[in-house]
Amino acid sequence: MLYQQFKMRAEGVSAEVYRYATGDAALSGLIEFLQREGLADKPCASALWADCSFLAGFDRNALKMIAGLKFEVTRELASEARFGISQMEWALADTGSLVQNSTAIAQRLVSSLPTIHIALLPTSNILPDMPALLSRINPKESAYIAMITGPSRTADIERVLTIGVHGPERLVIFCVDGLGGTN
Amino acid sequence: MGTEFKESIQKAVNNANLTGALGKFSEAYKVNRAKAYEGIDFEELRGRIAELKSYAASNLEMLSEQFTRNAEACGAKVFRTNDPARVREYILKVAQDNGVTTVVKSKSMATEEIHLNPFLEKAGISVGETDLGEWIIQLAGQTPSHMVMPAIHMTKEEVSDLFSKEVNERLTSDIPRLVRVARNELRPRFLEADMGISGGNIAVAETGSIVLMTNEGNARLVTSLPKIHIALIGIEKLIANYADIATILKALPRSATAQLLTSYVSIITGPTPNTDGSMKDLHIILMDNRRSEMAADPKFRQALQCIRCASCLNVCPIFRLVGGHVFGKVYTGGIGTILTAWFDELKKSEDIQGLCIQCGTCRDVCPGKIDIPELIMEIRRRLVLEQGLPLLQQAIYSVVNNRTLFHGMLRAAALAGKPFTTGKFVRHLPLFLADLTDGRSLPAIAAEPFRDRIKGIKQPKCKEKAAFYSGCLIDFAYPEMGEALVKILNKAGIEVLFPLDQTCCGAPARYNGAYEVAAGNAVDNIRALLSEDVQYVISACPTCTVALDHEFISTFESLGLTEWIAKARELAGKTVDFSTLVKKLVDKGRLSLKDGNILGKITYHDSCHLKRTLKVSEQPRELLQKAGYELTEMFECDICCGMGGSYSLKLPEISAPILQRKLKNIKETGAPVVAMDCPGCVMQIRGGMDQDGANVNVRHTVELLAEQLRE
Repeated sequence: MLYQQFKMRAEGVSAEVYRYATGDAALSGLIEFLQREGLADKPCASALWADCSFLAGFDRNALKMIAGLKFEVTRELASEARFGISQMEWALADTGSLVQNSTAIAQRLVSSLPTIHIALLPTSNILPDMPALLSRINPKESAYIAMITGPSRTADIERVLTIGVHGPERLVIFCVDGLGGTN
Repeated sequence: MGTEFKESIQKAVNNANLTGALGKFSEAYKVNRAKAYEGIDFEELRGRIAELKSYAASNLEMLSEQFTRNAEACGAKVFRTNDPARVREYILKVAQDNGVTTVVKSKSMATEEIHLNPFLEKAGISVGETDLGEWIIQLAGQTPSHMVMPAIHMTKEEVSDLFSKEVNERLTSDIPRLVRVARNELRPRFLEADMGISGGNIAVAETGSIVLMTNEGNARLVTSLPKIHIALIGIEKLIANYADIATILKALPRSATAQLLTSYVSIITGPTPNTDGSMKDLHIILMDNRRSEMAADPKFRQALQCIRCASCLNVCPIFRLVGGHVFGKVYTGGIGTILTAWFDELKKSEDIQGLCIQCGTCRDVCPGKIDIPELIMEIRRRLVLEQGLPLLQQAIYSVVNNRTLFHGMLRAAALAGKPFTTGKFVRHLPLFLADLTDGRSLPAIAAEPFRDRIKGIKQPKCKEKAAFYSGCLIDFAYPEMGEALVKILNKAGIEVLFPLDQTCCGAPARYNGAYEVAAGNAVDNIRALLSEDVQYVISACPTCTVALDHEFISTFESLGLTEWIAKARELAGKTVDFSTLVKKLVDKGRLSLKDGNILGKITYHDSCHLKRTLKVSEQPRELLQKAGYELTEMFECDICCGMGGSYSLKLPEISAPILQRKLKNIKETGAPVVAMDCPGCVMQIRGGMDQDGANVNVRHTVELLAEQLRE
């Protein structure tokens, strides 16, 4: 089962993995998560959500009412946000990796500058491995293919594994069933 | 070797922080690497990598052109040059044309290779390394000691001192806190930088893509935040096909850091939008710097199969003692020695090539399937061609190449009744030049060498005959090993002949780059050993066996002595090591060991040449267990004992700690006996145990088995 393998591998590199049966359930789960983790309309507490197909199914204006949740992505906002939210297109079961066409800069800003990156993933888009991925994604159409496997890490001081250097300290993955995704 | 170089070694081996950190790392790496490769056929995988990289190395010009065409079609600017100076000038020009004052970099060994940072800084541009390890060494004013972990030689206390100065605040050595300081310090630099400079792990000709891998996420920021991105890529990173990225990515993180994949992988194909809506100014520099020349060299072309994982450093018993800085300022370890000889100059490798003990451990783990020890030998050979042998070595080899004189001297030394350490000439003979008694006693020369003793052995007349190639150590130091071998083979119905014209196998000369001498030895031995009509040529010294089985051929090939190659192959076809032959004889029921013996615990030391060149490791273990020993494996049973022929004499400061480690591992098994198949290892380990005073019996497998034959 690809999901099980993906979850095991992703958790193996310190990602957090949740699964929801529907988009609605995922959205409420996401909002609950944000609020639990201190979402607020102030620096170091806001959330930045990069445009994605998942959002198409919801009323963005209603979501904007949630204090601290923003949909306009700039480098300034991204560098002071606590949460970055984006939708990933694919995942690789054998390494627990997420994959996205990150050509749009906003996608990279929300997944690299905030402290916590929340990644939405259509469960149906989990692929077995890298060869399966490369045969599906054409670099001529995706100028910046980004693969993300767990949070940012280093072992450069005395080989001690330390999470969160230049990228997010936490990677939270929301797998959503019944989400066609962009593909 | 230069005094300065010797001093740098001395300093490194006495740096407890360094050896402690590297020692722990090498132990953990071995376990973690094996785990990362679980379920993967490594041989199959590295076969594919070697094939695709070798194809690329043979087609560098075509792939460079194809890459340029495809990357330019996507909007990137590609600059190709052979000359590091032109790379520096190009980068400076792009910077100056765009009013760049600050640069952020993600880790790039290619920029280290051309010393880019000082060049840009001299031109008034501030250059910030962002990889944590690179930033640490930048602050310390040092160079990387490891390709993947540049600051592995530093302690957290040293890092906290550096960071404290940088942020003007007294920091503790709490690592997560130090990492947070780095994040906070470097974040504004990413946001303010005018230009980002990266390396590239892979360049794909088919699509014009570059692949960048990091764990920290700095390459993502370097390639996303500044409006200009310059990627400097050595052309050995080219591969033909986009799909082959998967093959490299399967091995590189597993071999480098024992990860299934690095946290971040970016495949960049042409410019992408900046945050202000403009398009990135993307420059890709394909740098040759002698790589094409390397590709045209039949021996060294395979070095371009390197994917820069640094696993050859991680498993090297020498690297873990001395660290990277002894090797130089850029590329370190086994592959680093080779790259330094090419990208810098052959002469620069003169000292560092001598660090390699030829144990072959790196060859077994290289995902590019590069025969690193063999290439280091080739460097030695070319150095000797260029500079000639030192006078002392010339004198030694003129003796070794004259068997009568050589053996005459050994006999003279025996008559004097003195150990190898004394005796005017003998101590300067390649295997025996032994000013070193530090931590190791040396055997005396046998009063009666094996070549004399065999005349007194009454052997049964048998149809089946084997020629015994004793090698110098068994002949003149351990003749009892030869007697044991004769006893065993006789029991199996094989008569042992000892062609008297056999001489030194040439390994000492070869390992010092004196191939002409080695070829002379090879010719003498081929003549001697093929003069008898025998079924096998058996040796109980793995180094000699490898010489007979592989190296005569490759020495002739290197020197173009084609007329001898057929004969060398004929000899190789008959050559067999002791344990392999005896195991076969036991399996066929031609030889029986005593039944029901309970001989107690034993541990086994794998000799480098036996395990890694001849691929023999189970045979002696099975035989010893069959004889009644209870096998207890020691930690790192197949790590070199530090002998390495004359290595232990040239670099005693490295050989001695390796030996001490081996002794410790043996003693910790609690076994009263340690067995091995190599008389050189016996000399090293027995001598070490003798000095150590531990009550451990050090024996060659041949002696132990001869005691347990069923009558």
